[in-house]
Amino acid sequence: MDAFLILEDGTVFKGTSIGAEKEVISEIVFNTSMTGYLEVLTDPSYAGQAVVMTYPLIGNYGICYEDMESERPWLDGYIVRELSPMPSNFRSENTIQNFLKQNDIPGVSGIDTRALTKLLRDKGTMNGMITTKRYHKEDMPALLEKIRAYTVTGVVMKTTTKKVYALQAENPDGTRYTGDQEPKRVAFLDVGAKRNMIRLLQRHGCDVTVYPADTPAETILSQNPDGIFISNGPGDPKENVSIIAEIKKLYNSDTPIFAICLGHQLMALATGADTYKLKYGHRGGNHPVKDLSTGRVYITSQNHGYAVDPKSLDPNVAEEAFVNVNDKTNEGLAYKGKNIVTVQYHPEACPGPQDSRYLFDRFMKMMEEG
Amino acid sequence: MRDTSIKKVLVIGSGPIVIGQAAEFDYAGTQACRSLHEEGVETVLLNSNPATIMTDKDIADHVYIEPLTLEVVEKLIEKEKPDSVLPTLGGQAGLNLAMALDEAGFLKSHNVRLIGTTALTIKKAEDRLMFKETMEKIGEPVAPSEVVHSVEDGLRVAGEIGYPVVLRPAYTLGGSGGGIAENEDECREILENGLRLSRVHEVLVERSIAGWKEIEYEVMRDSAGNVITVCNMENIDPVGVHTGDSIVVAPSQTLSDKEYQMLRTSALNIITELGITGGCNVQYALHPESFEYCVIEVNPRVSRSSALASKATGYPIAKVAAKIALGYTLDEIKNAVTGKTYASFEPMLDYCVVKMPRLPFDKFITAEHLLGTQMKATGEVMAIANNFEGGLMKAIRSLEQHVDSLLSYDFSELDDHDLRKMLHRVDDRRIWVIAEALRRGYSYSEIHQITKIDEWFIDKIQILVNMEKRLHQESMNETLLREAKRIEFPDNVIARLSGYTEDEIREMREKWGITAAFKMVDTCAAEFEAETPYYYSVFGSENESTGATAVGPDGKKKKKVLVLGSGPIRIGQGIEFDFCSVHSTWAFEREGYETVIINNNPETVSTDFDIADKLYFEPLTAEDVRNVVDIEHPDGAVVQFGGQTAIKLTADLQKMGVPILGTQPDDVDAAEDRERFDEILQQTGCQRAAGHTVFTAEEAKKAANDLGYPVLVRPSYVLGGQGMRIAINDQDIDEYIGEINQIAQEHPILVDKYIRGTELEVDAICDGHDILIPGIMEHIERTGIHSGDSISVYPSKSLTPTAKKNVIDYTERLAKALHVIGMVNIQFIACGDEVYIIEVNPRSSRTVPYISKVTGIPIVPLATQIICGHTIRELGYTPGLQKEADYYAIKMPVFSFEKIKGADISLGPEMKSTGECLGIAKSFNEALYKAFQGAGIQLPKYRNMVITVRDEDKEEIVPIAKRFETLGYKIFATHGTYQALTAGGVKCFQVRKVEQESPNILDLVLGHELDIVIDTPKEGAEASKDGFVIRRNAIETGVNVLTAIDTARALATSLENRSEELHLIDIAKLDEEKEANA
Repeated sequence: MDAFLILEDGTVFKGTSIGAEKEVISEIVFNTSMTGYLEVLTDPSYAGQAVVMTYPLIGNYGICYEDMESERPWLDGYIVRELSPMPSNFRSENTIQNFLKQNDIPGVSGIDTRALTKLLRDKGTMNGMITTKRYHKEDMPALLEKIRAYTVTGVVMKTTTKKVYALQAENPDGTRYTGDQEPKRVAFLDVGAKRNMIRLLQRHGCDVTVYPADTPAETILSQNPDGIFISNGPGDPKENVSIIAEIKKLYNSDTPIFAICLGHQLMALATGADTYKLKYGHRGGNHPVKDLSTGRVYITSQNHGYAVDPKSLDPNVAEEAFVNVNDKTNEGLAYKGKNIVTVQYHPEACPGPQDSRYLFDRFMKMMEEG
Repeated sequence: MRDTSIKKVLVIGSGPIVIGQAAEFDYAGTQACRSLHEEGVETVLLNSNPATIMTDKDIADHVYIEPLTLEVVEKLIEKEKPDSVLPTLGGQAGLNLAMALDEAGFLKSHNVRLIGTTALTIKKAEDRLMFKETMEKIGEPVAPSEVVHSVEDGLRVAGEIGYPVVLRPAYTLGGSGGGIAENEDECREILENGLRLSRVHEVLVERSIAGWKEIEYEVMRDSAGNVITVCNMENIDPVGVHTGDSIVVAPSQTLSDKEYQMLRTSALNIITELGITGGCNVQYALHPESFEYCVIEVNPRVSRSSALASKATGYPIAKVAAKIALGYTLDEIKNAVTGKTYASFEPMLDYCVVKMPRLPFDKFITAEHLLGTQMKATGEVMAIANNFEGGLMKAIRSLEQHVDSLLSYDFSELDDHDLRKMLHRVDDRRIWVIAEALRRGYSYSEIHQITKIDEWFIDKIQILVNMEKRLHQESMNETLLREAKRIEFPDNVIARLSGYTEDEIREMREKWGITAAFKMVDTCAAEFEAETPYYYSVFGSENESTGATAVGPDGKKKKKVLVLGSGPIRIGQGIEFDFCSVHSTWAFEREGYETVIINNNPETVSTDFDIADKLYFEPLTAEDVRNVVDIEHPDGAVVQFGGQTAIKLTADLQKMGVPILGTQPDDVDAAEDRERFDEILQQTGCQRAAGHTVFTAEEAKKAANDLGYPVLVRPSYVLGGQGMRIAINDQDIDEYIGEINQIAQEHPILVDKYIRGTELEVDAICDGHDILIPGIMEHIERTGIHSGDSISVYPSKSLTPTAKKNVIDYTERLAKALHVIGMVNIQFIACGDEVYIIEVNPRSSRTVPYISKVTGIPIVPLATQIICGHTIRELGYTPGLQKEADYYAIKMPVFSFEKIKGADISLGPEMKSTGECLGIAKSFNEALYKAFQGAGIQLPKYRNMVITVRDEDKEEIVPIAKRFETLGYKIFATHGTYQALTAGGVKCFQVRKVEQESPNILDLVLGHELDIVIDTPKEGAEASKDGFVIRRNAIETGVNVLTAIDTARALATSLENRSEELHLIDIAKLDEEKEANA
């Protein structure tokens, strides 16, 4: 069946329907990762967005459920050049075609994803509609208005855990923790978290308590955690006014804090800095980030549409600790007089390079010293 | 930061093209030298291969085309006093030489350092034991293995690990001498050979991981410790087939992110632990059904794979490696493709790249087609598409081996039993066998079980097979045609299957708007705007190449020229034609043209994105070229520099309405068409050996008897003497015509009287009025041996003044009669004062780079300028034969026979050499000595030799044998030769022939203590099989085998000269020398 992607500027791409046959309006973003499509599909940060994969062959190794980064896909739609008709991998348990259908995710295949990507790059992220309906020309102006009116909203509360739960420390190989030291107790604020952040904390020997995004700071602090972790998540950071207020309290608590992506942005907002929307964001696994404390450059996994404006930083509060080598945007902050490190990119990988895993060790050390 | 103490760098090249070490190192070296030059570093280049671009004086400041021996490089360092040596760009040859220098303590005592990588790093990566220890230290798994130095130890270890085992000799290139042994006998055979070939007499015996997925990563690291991977690649052929002989896809297709990142992290850990600064290639075996993996090997240098990765991604590995060697860090080096981002990023592909090997079995009919851990490919092609099927289809038709689809090898005649047997055979036709199996409905799992090829790839072959069926059965419609083009079925195949003509298919495509669009290779999947005009075609997409023409400084649109490349490196059409294409492109650019290159060889300089204004990485077929022409609308195309590949496209280009620049196609045809050429000869009064044009074996026999045997039989329109043979009777003719018909049935066959004499060769430039002859080359071997396989001497030595005058005269007459504008290559036979024409090729030839370098005349740029309308006089040259140099330059062919099991090594009219090297010196003898040295014939060692010659040579061999005797050689000879030598007063020992009882000549050969075998085979197909066993065994045991009496004489001369001191000559300074002398 034919499917269409109608962009807010009126551009229409015609392809073949994949996944669910429902109509959806969403924000269209592109991801340049060549592997890790399931991790992308299940990353809660894509809530409210439809993702274009720039790599043309998707679904080659099928669906390996253990690679899911949350319990289900969160994105609104999926746009690809070609879905592999037959997956091949020893772990594959399903085809991507079925997976999309089963999870009610609509999509389009067979379109010129490179042309679409260039459009998004040149014009900036746009809204669009995925549909199998053929619209008449005369209906288009009204339709485009409707598409343009869409905004990503309420997605943090949609993706966060509904209740508190605890997970126990593990050995690096995933077996039950047998280390000599008492496990560190980490309070994990889930604002739309990927599983691998929690998993890596466990495997670093931490007992992790996961809290919903709207948990009051007092609830967390009352447990006296060794450290606090604020996760990634979807949407415009500024929308989360009450969460930001609670994070300000966490900041004041002097507990060691490590935050990633949305967590990083929320901490910046909580301490008076500003965020802004990038033209088309960073989504992929090849972005070079310089650690300003060492001068080393790491290839990182990224997924963000907003960034912290370094000009808005109060030099007495925070300074840039990491920058993007390509466009010099902020990739991380170190907080003055605080045991707080936050990064914009994804040291937990999945998908993408594992080169920045050392940041988890650094967090362990912060808690050690904290 | 740039290390400013590096001021003068010695770059070591890789020497002659051999299997396992091809043009990729010219590409890497050239890119690196240009990069060093950009940084103001003075470069000294050493490479024995004159056909390379890196040995041009515009590439390096000092150029030495000298043998790659320790003696030479030491002398060179003493003479040029570089402060650093960059050894990682010259392949294994360069690396080995650097190691030898370091081990000898020479670097230290001369205060020279290795940059790019340290000796310790090289050792850690190359020394089997140290490598294993290093891997164990960082917890990277390697297959259970042990290093052995003797056959006995090897057999013991193999017994312990359990068969099958893989045997890998240390410090050899292209896996020379390695293999998989299934049992003790095989193990013993490979061990004996491998120990001998290894520079350090060392072989690794290892658990066989055959059948696992073979995955490679290209990694970069800078001195600050920043690491990135440029690309990963998946071999479709699993572990067991050398990656150089595998079909390879980039990026990997069947790996999940977990597997991808696991191996990526491992590769980064390895390059970090080894401390490499620059590029490195890591090869893995990945278990297909678990996360278990083994590191197979690490190449601490640029490699064939890194050239492929550079072209596949647009990331210039060699250029970045050179900058890193100078001290820059990755985040300080700009990404030249985007101009916005930095080298510290990882390329993201939004397309799929397929590489296929170009195997030489069409040249070696007797050779085993089997593929294993010993690389056999002479070259490769790369194709870019946005789906795998399309990439494979494009790669297939880029091979130029008369294949255009999965139907090109027909296995439909085989019964199921034989087809299954074929599936078990690992050879170059395996994907065609799989296609046939799928046509018969074999299950994916059965094919996978047998071949171990991942089912994902088998499914893709099935998709192609399904399309064949649909095209054959369904009536043509828009959707079907669109889908067929999406997966890159060429029009001719669609036409054949659907019953339409190719023109009808094209008309349908035009009607339905199914046309090729071009996409850009931009390293970043369109995330950033890119500046490089590096394109590939796809169907069903938006076109990104506007075909716009740049505006020149005069405000007018530039003229646009299309330069056709020469495709994959093969025997007979090597790197020389890339040299010509690149120089022509540069010359056109200087003439104010906008340049457009089409080529498909990832190993070459011409496919570097900054050579031409636009690069189209495409197959070189008429349809693919037309796609580019339709976008670019060039003002003309130049075909005379791209070898036969380009020449073959001439008629098609004309049909497309593209003017051919330079010599007109009709004149090219006049030179190739027997009758028309005879007319021209008559008209110009040039003589040639009598001959006839025939089409059938009967006609050929009639012609041969008419002329009198022996005769030369060859197909017209081929390069490198493919299919050319000397026939001595009717039976030979029957056999040859059969073989010729397999390779080129569309063209007539030429039968010529064979004349014995001295072969001469001339490359000349003609502007329509005047000619310029840079020099006359003379072959050491008499006629009958292909010019590419002959030792070639400049200036000619034995030519009589009258003969020389005739050569000049004939060249002028023929060039004018053929209205040559640009280049012409003419081959002659001289018998005393008499000169006969062998053939005239109105195009650039194999000898052009060589003769350009030794005469200092920039032949290709001159020819290009003339094509653009300049004249020889206007360009400041005096027409005619140029003043001869006051030194000798000798081009020596280099062969790769030991790598091609079963190939007949005897020389004849069909070319067999893979590369060449140069010896240049003031005296003929020194030049000859250097040439032999460069070709790796470094004698004497054991001072034992075998002589067995045919009756015609018995008289001539006596004085040659005497000279070897004087050199201290103990000579063994077979019965007839023994008698002749003894009668001639040469002391020698008789040995029994192969068929006689042991100990016989074969035992002597296998005794591994021979330096030389001189074995001149009888002419004729039947007789030449006789000595085959000896020659094969000798070559496989590392003995130098000479099959022509003249080569033997030359070798004696060279060895007699051995005591003299070598003088090194800076080619880049020849002009200055000339001026100083004048």
